[in-house]
Amino acid sequence: MTTHTDSTSGTTGSTALGAKAGTTTGKKPSYGPLAGPTQWLDDRVGLAGLAKKQMRKVFPDHWSFMLGEIALYSFVILLLSGVFLTFWYDPSMTEVEYGGSYGPLRGLEMSRAYATSLELSFDVRGGLLMRQIHHWAAALFLAAMLVHMLRVFFTGAYRKPRETNWLVGLGLLQLGIIEGFAGYSLPDDLLSGTGLRIAEGLMRSIPVVGTYISFFVFGGEFPGGDFIPRLYIVHVLLIPGILLALITLHMVLLVYNKHTQWPGPGRTNNNVVGYPLLPVYMAKAGGFFFVVFGVTALMGALFQINPIWNFGPYNPAEVTAGSQPDWYMGWLDGALRMMPPWEFTILSWTFSMNVFIPGILLMGLLFGVLGAYPFVEQWVTGDKREHHLLERPRNAPTRTAFGAAGITAYGLLWISGGNDIIATSFGLDFYWITRSLRVLIFVGPVLVFVLTKRICIGLQRKDSETVLHGYESGVIVRSPDGGYSERHVPVTPEEAWRLTAHERPTVAALPPATDGNSVKAPQAGLERARARLAQFWLGDDHEKPTAGELDEAHHHAAGHDEDPAELETERDYQGTNELGVPRRH
Amino acid sequence: MTVAGRPPHDSSAEHGDRHGREVEPHTGDPVPDPGLGEHEYRPTDVDSAAEKRAERQIATLFGLSALLTLAFCVAYFAIGRNDTFAGTNASNLVLGTTLGLALLFIGIGAIQWAKTLMDDHEIVEMRHGSGSSEQDKAEALASFEQGAAESGFGRRTLIRNSLLTSLGVLGLPAVVLLADLGPLPGNAPRQTVWANGVRVVVDVSGEPLRLEDIEVGQLVNAQPAVFYETDEAGEPRYEGTELLNAKAKAAVVLVRMLPDDLVNPESAAKGVDGVLCFSKICPHLGCPISLWEQQTRNLLCPCHQSTFDLSDGGQVVFGPAKRAVPQLEIGLDEEGYLIAMGDFTVPIGPSFPEMYQD
Amino acid sequence: MRSLSTHRRHPLAGVLVLLIGLLLVGGVYAAFAPRSAQAESLADDEALVEAGRKLFLVGCASCHGSNAQGLLQTRGGQFGPSLIGVGAAAVDFQVGTGRMPLAQNSPQAPDKPVIYDADEIEALAAYVASLAPGPAIPGPEYYDTSGLSEEEIVEGGEFFRTNCTACHNSVGIGGALGGGRYAPSLEGVEGKYFAEAMLTGPQSMPVFSDDVITPEDKRNIVAYVEEIQSAPANGGLSLGGVGPVAEGLVGWLVGIGGLVLAALWITKAAMRVRKQ
Repeated sequence: MTTHTDSTSGTTGSTALGAKAGTTTGKKPSYGPLAGPTQWLDDRVGLAGLAKKQMRKVFPDHWSFMLGEIALYSFVILLLSGVFLTFWYDPSMTEVEYGGSYGPLRGLEMSRAYATSLELSFDVRGGLLMRQIHHWAAALFLAAMLVHMLRVFFTGAYRKPRETNWLVGLGLLQLGIIEGFAGYSLPDDLLSGTGLRIAEGLMRSIPVVGTYISFFVFGGEFPGGDFIPRLYIVHVLLIPGILLALITLHMVLLVYNKHTQWPGPGRTNNNVVGYPLLPVYMAKAGGFFFVVFGVTALMGALFQINPIWNFGPYNPAEVTAGSQPDWYMGWLDGALRMMPPWEFTILSWTFSMNVFIPGILLMGLLFGVLGAYPFVEQWVTGDKREHHLLERPRNAPTRTAFGAAGITAYGLLWISGGNDIIATSFGLDFYWITRSLRVLIFVGPVLVFVLTKRICIGLQRKDSETVLHGYESGVIVRSPDGGYSERHVPVTPEEAWRLTAHERPTVAALPPATDGNSVKAPQAGLERARARLAQFWLGDDHEKPTAGELDEAHHHAAGHDEDPAELETERDYQGTNELGVPRRH
Repeated sequence: MTVAGRPPHDSSAEHGDRHGREVEPHTGDPVPDPGLGEHEYRPTDVDSAAEKRAERQIATLFGLSALLTLAFCVAYFAIGRNDTFAGTNASNLVLGTTLGLALLFIGIGAIQWAKTLMDDHEIVEMRHGSGSSEQDKAEALASFEQGAAESGFGRRTLIRNSLLTSLGVLGLPAVVLLADLGPLPGNAPRQTVWANGVRVVVDVSGEPLRLEDIEVGQLVNAQPAVFYETDEAGEPRYEGTELLNAKAKAAVVLVRMLPDDLVNPESAAKGVDGVLCFSKICPHLGCPISLWEQQTRNLLCPCHQSTFDLSDGGQVVFGPAKRAVPQLEIGLDEEGYLIAMGDFTVPIGPSFPEMYQD
Repeated sequence: MRSLSTHRRHPLAGVLVLLIGLLLVGGVYAAFAPRSAQAESLADDEALVEAGRKLFLVGCASCHGSNAQGLLQTRGGQFGPSLIGVGAAAVDFQVGTGRMPLAQNSPQAPDKPVIYDADEIEALAAYVASLAPGPAIPGPEYYDTSGLSEEEIVEGGEFFRTNCTACHNSVGIGGALGGGRYAPSLEGVEGKYFAEAMLTGPQSMPVFSDDVITPEDKRNIVAYVEEIQSAPANGGLSLGGVGPVAEGLVGWLVGIGGLVLAALWITKAAMRVRKQ
């Protein structure tokens, strides 16, 4: 086998620019017009050391590694389109009479915020397009972060040394949700204003200090005149600043730790196999940026989003049927809808748990659980090694089952958030939808957990069988003494490697509660609990075949066939003949 | 394989598993790593006609993109703001489509270039261990210890403690400075503009209401008459933010039911001849509730589906709301118009911690 | 001038004065009185009422009773409510939109293809109107939106958002009520039926009487709804007017779905040849 190693990364003293650093007179630059400015810069900041390492940095190739890129590019699109919007939008709640070109609202009293949003939509050419691109990019930003997070979770990429990056990512997701909510509340239309009304109610539900928080945030009673201007600064300055910093940290950690990769031929825990940044990933990733931008712009052209002119300016006495927040807050609204009316008073202090739990606590719970997960898993399994190879979801059944249960819970909350739309679309009674969901939210994830874990273990068994016996070819062979057997096609070495490149789950025995002298070991209780958890976590996982079992299986197969076929590489596979024997050239 | 930077440093091989279990190497368990394999070529690598075709395709994409960008610029000026096309705004459609396709084609072209023409030999780069080397750690530690010793931070506890104190309390001004963000709530959440004698008028039109105007099964969205009054200078008494703040607590609905259907005598007494007045602001989270189901006499909130039975004093029959929807006592003035007999007796809007304190 | 004064004491002068006075008062009254002329004319036409009664007995009495008094189910709930006093407007609405006759017992009577033709509906309406006074079929001043000023349409929007959108949604696509009931979509509904629904309060919908929402207000509401429904969806496909739920669906399916497909294409292994 041949491998190609990048040679430029090994050389030193590069003469690529045709002139030595530090000299004022040099030979004529041989790499074109850019060489001069680059030399000028290098004389001052010395870029070559950094550049030489990073320019040919290797990234592995897989479609699921591009999900985070969607989020990154969406963020850039948000910055660009957002700046455009700021040139016209006025975050003021000063009341004006609308005199713009949208007829059905002309002459009405409305805030400057709403009026300028209408101006962007009807009087600024390209304004509606930019508004819609901005909003679609926000939807994609959050959806991409969610999908990226799920990919990282299900492949175990959050394990050491990437726990910090996982936490940074969670921070990005949480801030993104708040940022999106702030953004679509800025136009001060009826739908988002209703959302702000609900947000004020959520603030009030914070025990003891709720009213004060609500009055301080809104500068008085709801809606007041201070909230939209304050929200504006949060939306265009504060949170984007923090997001930028966190994204930078996220990328720096990615560069330092290097990207994880799927196990495969030639790929180990100690290397990265793929293509270099310059030129391949610059083209592919740079191209993907344009693809994401293009798709977002096309969505802005073809799909209407947030038609604020239909809702009208915010009026606390008006509401529209089918009031939902944007999709990424739908789970919170769903939790609010399905909550029973738990409110009680202790010593004349009111605790509105029907609002506080789904509105505030749930958000903290979700991110607390997600944030703690890598550390909990590390503690339970005792696995403190570095991992740069990804795990197929089926090879970590408990983790995958937890993930599926989490998705189920999230999905049920989503459904609850749209229960009135589901009721009208399917002719159902939303009282019964809510009642069912109150039960399903607990029962569903448990069922899904059990189901998923068993499916994963089943898939592991299938993989083992494939490695041991090969693929079923569908050709039945009758032996001279009358027995029937199915001919199997052996797997290629690459495929066998892929199917068995994961680690064996090893569970240590339960440590004894007491030592030989019946003295209780310190922390024995905790250790025993951990060991039991590890047994639950890893004990059911199916073990891949050993080398001995593989040999036995090959002998067994050889006994069946006169001509046990062996394939050199995957590429040699050209189908089988009628007897199930793989063809050769 | 030659590598850049440090030699491969596998911390796992060095430390193994902290719990002493064997780290099984991947090779040979149960199959050996077959390695990267021979590189395979693409048609564009071996066939110059295919290569040129790919080049032409990519250049065409880039060229089309440029044309579309120019089309965008032309369309911006050529298409009127209010022109429609295919049932939608023409300017938005054309600008977005040209821009979107222009960007998309650049992307597709660049990606095709990478896929078909750029060298696609797989490259292997070795990883370095994530932690620092022992030597680096030792040197860093030594530097720090020297620096720390020279600073005397550890030795001079008086300086240390006083510094930490001064820095610690520096966080307080940041909190204190926020105290003027808003006024203290005071009694504001309990008061609305309703008072004895304020007429109940139709929202939007501001017309006062008589009993005979309202039929059984009717819902009237109403407001206090003060929102439609002007002061001596001819200015509205309430406008702008003040109006919205007051409306957010004062909006009401009037419903008329058959007296036989009213099962709550206390609530019926606060109305006039089957006409009852309830707050329009949901006691759950403040959305306006004006979905009145005439036949079930339920008032439904569209936000989280809290349902209130208005024939039973506004009690909750379903949903996350805990408290009944507040009722405003109404009566008739000398001219026979509906008026409030006073303010609401309970706070309007979402619950808050001090709600039951007084 | 002399002829007037010479005829002042004519025996018929008093009668003439009385006649003028009566005509004046009657004319002024007729000009300002609320229009219910159609109901009077409908109920007055005895042949029409009789035709309506015959139709009623065939198609409606099984649920509403042979005298439209309503039928109670054995358990006490209504089989079909009493129609005495609902007025011609209610009949015109329910039968004219196909809601009645009800095909099957369900939480809601949906609109469906109309069974009766216009004459039959007129007859049925006349019959029910003859039973007791009720809302008459509204005239064009309730729904004729031609020639309305922009100001009136804008005000119609204000009324619409205050009174209607909570159930029917900002663009009139309808909304959910409890128990499987719903506020139906307003799309493609004739203006006359808007007015009739507001006047009669069908099923769960409350009544919006003329004294609270005047006929002009009702007409302005109709104008606003017609305006926004005929307006183009400015931003592209309107996604059914459902709002963020539909937008989220499209964002996920079209946006993320499309981009994942793009990512699959980007990382797909290129075509390979066998180097000979």
